[in-house]
Amino acid sequence: MKGKMGIQHWLGFAVILVWCLLPVVWIISLSFKSEAETTSGSPQFLPKEPTLDNYREILKDSDFTHALINSFGISLIATFLSVVLATLAAYAIARLDFRGKKLVLSLALAIAMFPVVSLVGPLFDMWRTVHLFNTWPGLIIPYMSFTLPLAIWTLAAFFREIPWEMEQAAQVDGATSWQAFRKVIVPLAAPGVFTAAILTFFFAWNEFVLAISLTSTTDARTVPAQMSFFVGPDPFNPPYSQLATASVIVTIPVIVIVLLFQRRIVAGLTSGAVKG
Amino acid sequence: MAAIEMKHIDKVYDDGFHAVKDVNIDVQDGEFIILVGPSGCGKSTLLRMIVGLEDISSGDMVIGGKRVNDLAPRDRNLSMVFQNYALYPHLSVYENIAFPLRLQKMDGAQVDQKVREASALLELDEHLERRPANLSGGQRQRVAMGRAIVRDADVFLFDEPLSNLDAKLRGQMRAEISRLQKRLGITTVYVTHDQVEAMTLGDRVAVLKRGVLQQLATPRELYENPGNLFVAGFIGSPPMNFVPATVTGDGVELPFGTVTLPDEKAKAVEGKDLLIAGIRPEHFEDASLLDENQRASGSSFRQKVDVVEWLGNETYAYIPFEAPPEVQQQLEQLEKDLDGESMRTQVVIALDGASRIKEGDEAEIHIDATKMHLFDPATGENLTVDLDNAGIVPANEASREEVPA
Ligand SMILES: Nc1ncnc2c1ncn2[C@@H]1O[C@H](COP(=O)(O)OP(=O)(O)OP(=O)(O)O)[C@@H](O)[C@H]1O
Ligand SMILES: [Mg+2]
Repeated sequence: MKGKMGIQHWLGFAVILVWCLLPVVWIISLSFKSEAETTSGSPQFLPKEPTLDNYREILKDSDFTHALINSFGISLIATFLSVVLATLAAYAIARLDFRGKKLVLSLALAIAMFPVVSLVGPLFDMWRTVHLFNTWPGLIIPYMSFTLPLAIWTLAAFFREIPWEMEQAAQVDGATSWQAFRKVIVPLAAPGVFTAAILTFFFAWNEFVLAISLTSTTDARTVPAQMSFFVGPDPFNPPYSQLATASVIVTIPVIVIVLLFQRRIVAGLTSGAVKG
Repeated sequence: MAAIEMKHIDKVYDDGFHAVKDVNIDVQDGEFIILVGPSGCGKSTLLRMIVGLEDISSGDMVIGGKRVNDLAPRDRNLSMVFQNYALYPHLSVYENIAFPLRLQKMDGAQVDQKVREASALLELDEHLERRPANLSGGQRQRVAMGRAIVRDADVFLFDEPLSNLDAKLRGQMRAEISRLQKRLGITTVYVTHDQVEAMTLGDRVAVLKRGVLQQLATPRELYENPGNLFVAGFIGSPPMNFVPATVTGDGVELPFGTVTLPDEKAKAVEGKDLLIAGIRPEHFEDASLLDENQRASGSSFRQKVDVVEWLGNETYAYIPFEAPPEVQQQLEQLEKDLDGESMRTQVVIALDGASRIKEGDEAEIHIDATKMHLFDPATGENLTVDLDNAGIVPANEASREEVPA
């Protein structure tokens, strides 16, 4: 769209902005309020006396910091393994003609559609017998199986977009299949790899049902699960400001990651490969 | 550097399509060979079999004295410029050119020296740090060439490298490729469907039709002695005229009149009945511009000229004619094979620019019978071909072998 944006565009823009950001701003504002203020009958939008007490306190809470470490560890490992496996699988699916390719793809899709909750019971029993209950791998494994299908589909789409000739050119230039894959195909599929990585990371970072069911202590409990234990002394008055602070803290890494990789996700990296 | 021998090469794709049929081509060391033919005739397939990107169904591919059928592309030491260049978009021009050297684990200083040599040769110095996406078509083409020449490959392979460039750039790059090949003296196989490239670049040209080698000869031989109707129609622009011809004693009767044939041609078609005569546009002339001597080498006839196009140095005149159904059918088939423009039943004649013939005139036109070729309408074979000056015509070789000596 060329030319100046009309007043109606700005108006629409503002409405959407307020609609989306209001809850976020509300949470941030809450996190700077003292406990007394949040429990008082008529809270106001902005904190009366902004305070960093919530942050200080929550970072002193060893349960929370443990959960934060678990969240990072589990999400990063799950993301890494999932992306590596998905890259290899997607490459095979995009490039090779093998029997049962359709089956693999539809199976992957079926798994992605499976409701997470339905697996909680069986996994709980199984993990207890094989001693994976309340451990990092106990969460990493199910996270991988739920994110792999999406990652494979995303990456396979990216690989299909890369002209075959890129790889053939590399082979003629003297590369082995592995070198061609690593030096040409993977860099070209980088936007896809980052997309898949971000999707996987978000899933693992935000996941709650498995995290609460398959853990019992802060050995493996992640932040979303840990937050449900923020009850405070009075069950009828949850510590809203503490919850809000925890929410802000878990959201920060997500925002940082998106900003960091945003430029990488832009498609069109393959432009210039061919004459077109 | 190496010679390439293709012996009885066949390619049947997985879906059963027989794309290349029993092709035999010997490329000498240092020779520039062109593969030409209409779209889908198997040129790229053949090239990809040489480089190793496509399996060879049967036959032997021998490069530099070594059978390479089962070698991976990287073990053949050939370099190729792809139809769409296939540059690595994530690497700078410098790294694109250096890519094959880096794979050989060559040390940095040596890589740098080689890349700079290639870039100087191709005038890419000022673009070395740029990305392929930001280059013009001609520059990308040069980068692709740089990547091919930087390595001491035995053979260069080109798959229609100029097909997407505009006419002017194409001319420049054509000259550049020719210069480069002469300078480096490396065996080259070049695929194109552009006649001008085929005629100007190659030492020899291989004409393919539906996977079958039609003729392998120098450009001049192809032009003057096409082995069959297909080659005759494919080479030359405007294309050769094909008209029905009925054999009558020492001559042939064309739609415009009877032409007396030189002895050896008359002998070659003795006893035949209906044939197709092939006459190049420039072998017609405005009879009023010729002297007595020139007139003697053919026949003249009076004909009404339909359309005249004056181009300055020459004039194209169009004369319609009627063709009997057998000939008509063969010509229609030919037109399909050449996937060319529709050939109306008219002859195009190229007259001297000095000619004063106007549209609608009844003009006296002269045909040079010594340059005329006569084709069998059933097989398309050229009956009047001078085999000593026609390079290799596989169809004729086969029939020669069949005749016991
Ligand atoms: N992978 C494939 N599987 C089956 N058939 C194929 C395959 N690749 C090419 N063909 C067929 O083989 C024939 C020759 O193809 P090829 O690409 O060699 O043509 P070409 O002479 O290079 O044509 P163009 O001038 O259009 O590039 C075509 O009819 C094509 O349909
Ligand atoms: Mg081709």
